[in-house]
Amino acid sequence: MRERFISGFDHFVLPFMLGMIFVLVWCAVGLIKVMVQIERKDRIKVYKSLINPKIMGKNIRDWFCDCLFHVKLWKRNKVLGYMHSSIAFGWFMLIVIGHIETFLYIPERGGLFYYPIFFRYFMAVESTTLRGSLLFFLMDFFLLVVLSGIILAIIKRFRSKLMGMRRTTKLTLLDRIGLYSLWAIFPLRLIAEGFTAGVGGGSFLTVPVNWVFASILSKPENFTIAWWAYSIALGTFMFVLPFTRYMHIPAEILLIPLKNAGIKVRRPRKGYALAELYSCPSCGVCLDACPMSVDKAGLKNTTVYYVRQVKRRNEPRALAIADKCLMCGKCSVLCPIDISATDLRLALRKRQPYNIGHDFSYLDKLPNGALSSAVSVGGEKVLYYAGCMSSLTPMVSQSVQKVLTTAGIEFTLMDENGTVCCGRPLLLSGRTEEAKALMEKNKEIIRESGAPILLVSCAICYRIFKEDYDLEGIQVIHYTEYFEQLAAEGAIKLNKQKLKYVYHDPCELGRGCGIYDAPRKALTRVGDLVPAGKERKESICCGGSLGSLTLSHEERGRITDHSIRNLTANSPDRIVTACPLCMKTFSRQSEVKVVDFAQVIAENIIE
Amino acid sequence: MIDFGYTLTPSSTIEIDDADLSLFDQLCALEPDALKCMSCGSCAASCTAGVFTDVNLRKVLLSLQRGCEKDLLFQLKSCMLCGKCYIVCPRGINTRHLILSICKIYNI
Repeated sequence: MRERFISGFDHFVLPFMLGMIFVLVWCAVGLIKVMVQIERKDRIKVYKSLINPKIMGKNIRDWFCDCLFHVKLWKRNKVLGYMHSSIAFGWFMLIVIGHIETFLYIPERGGLFYYPIFFRYFMAVESTTLRGSLLFFLMDFFLLVVLSGIILAIIKRFRSKLMGMRRTTKLTLLDRIGLYSLWAIFPLRLIAEGFTAGVGGGSFLTVPVNWVFASILSKPENFTIAWWAYSIALGTFMFVLPFTRYMHIPAEILLIPLKNAGIKVRRPRKGYALAELYSCPSCGVCLDACPMSVDKAGLKNTTVYYVRQVKRRNEPRALAIADKCLMCGKCSVLCPIDISATDLRLALRKRQPYNIGHDFSYLDKLPNGALSSAVSVGGEKVLYYAGCMSSLTPMVSQSVQKVLTTAGIEFTLMDENGTVCCGRPLLLSGRTEEAKALMEKNKEIIRESGAPILLVSCAICYRIFKEDYDLEGIQVIHYTEYFEQLAAEGAIKLNKQKLKYVYHDPCELGRGCGIYDAPRKALTRVGDLVPAGKERKESICCGGSLGSLTLSHEERGRITDHSIRNLTANSPDRIVTACPLCMKTFSRQSEVKVVDFAQVIAENIIE
Repeated sequence: MIDFGYTLTPSSTIEIDDADLSLFDQLCALEPDALKCMSCGSCAASCTAGVFTDVNLRKVLLSLQRGCEKDLLFQLKSCMLCGKCYIVCPRGINTRHLILSICKIYNI
């Protein structure tokens, strides 16, 4: 191969070069900004993780699996996965092979950004070699791969259902410019390379294009206008990139090591949150996931629009969305890049002054052991915390007590004469300090009892006990796990009846704490378990969640209906749930009988 | 003055015409559910904090509706925001947001 031009330069490379430099400077500034905004101890954590071979290995794996192959999207839908990975991986390979070509044939130009991109314009083929044809073949092959992805992307714009997405995000004007320039880049590349394939060489894709051009045009090799168009498309894409959803391409590269280092969101739009906000590809997977999207009006409260409003610094709108959210966490679980949507919203809630001069001093005035049925007797095995909701669902705590008594387990009631709330509702409304006051009081009661096991029958309480209480030496266990354990050990015997149960995964227990199997196993011991339409991590919030501050009764009602429809897809006789709040919410609207997990076990226990 | 051993009870007349309800109007704008309350008292009966203190959302809201905001607002300080009052409310009032909105507007 030889160079066609001694200067190794043509004016058409300028749009690309300017765009490229612009993006690189922008990303460098962004990187510095994120690292400066992250708290000092977090920053040290990041640096340490970069020299930890285990975490670094995970980083490399995630970079390939998430950024290039989009494994999570493949799992969701094959066509959607192919569309994204063909564009991402295909483009990546075009860049890599372009560099390999440059370094092999003209290493002195290797330092120029544009050379590997416009290689075929600047070089002319003198003789055919196996290595050269192989490289050219690969270049054409990956171009074809990308083009197939682009075709799918265009189809997806009109028929997103084909790729498993009922709804897609409304794009902004700049997003559209970015989208159209991205679509234009690769067909233009094919045309440009087709024009010069007679001189610069080509393979199975570009050479036939060249034949077509040669047959209709007199001097195809002079058409630099096609190269100008290709370069302008690239330049346009790069100039709008920082202001569009395509910023997720560079941002995700940064997000992955931060995430793997264990950094968490602390502020609504700074530091790690900034990296997350810019990593959001606006793909709209959260649109279908969000329970609020049963209403068309609820769509604007989904994570993708929350991210957009925060990025625009539209604080009133962002806060309205943050306050609406049920905090069920479904969008985070399905999100291809794991944006911690609930943490982002919580960070914003925390900054709002609600002027509620909370005063829980009345709790300190309670005499020791005022709430529990027995004070620190010692030797007791289980401390049972029914939670504040139990006064509305007394059958839950009665059933739990029946099961414990039948199993012959000694237990103490932690809140027989009044409950101190676990603090999760305050925490979810962003009142961290106030929640701590309640947590301290509860910790004191738990420590006083001297019990080694804390049994909890409320999913909401269970999550905060697990995550935020520091109860070293005390095993916190949810009753679904505990009863399943008792049944497996033979401590309780259960009758099996001919009843069809469907199990509703409470958000706080399933997505929140990862307990999916224990309740299901226990239920199969007492009857037939039928699947819901969507379950486990895709289960739909009951609508009663304490996470939302502003959702109205009517809006909640529609979510509840939707959730019930999903649960009754296989016509069960009973809906079983393991959270008193879900049970209360469902029973208001469900035609199928709603029972608590403890009730089912207590009904079928052999005494 | 001679002490006869008894006193006059202060008048419990509520002059709604004289009351300044501008803050209550603001509250209704922020949380329209404030107008839905029919004072049944379910919220007070189910209240977690009510076991330990005198907190009574029904009374607080009544006092606000009458423009006597100084009297009972302090009660809300003991609220744990557990949301049981919302679950039992027959009018479907978003009580947690109502409480937070009261605190925001009346600045307690």
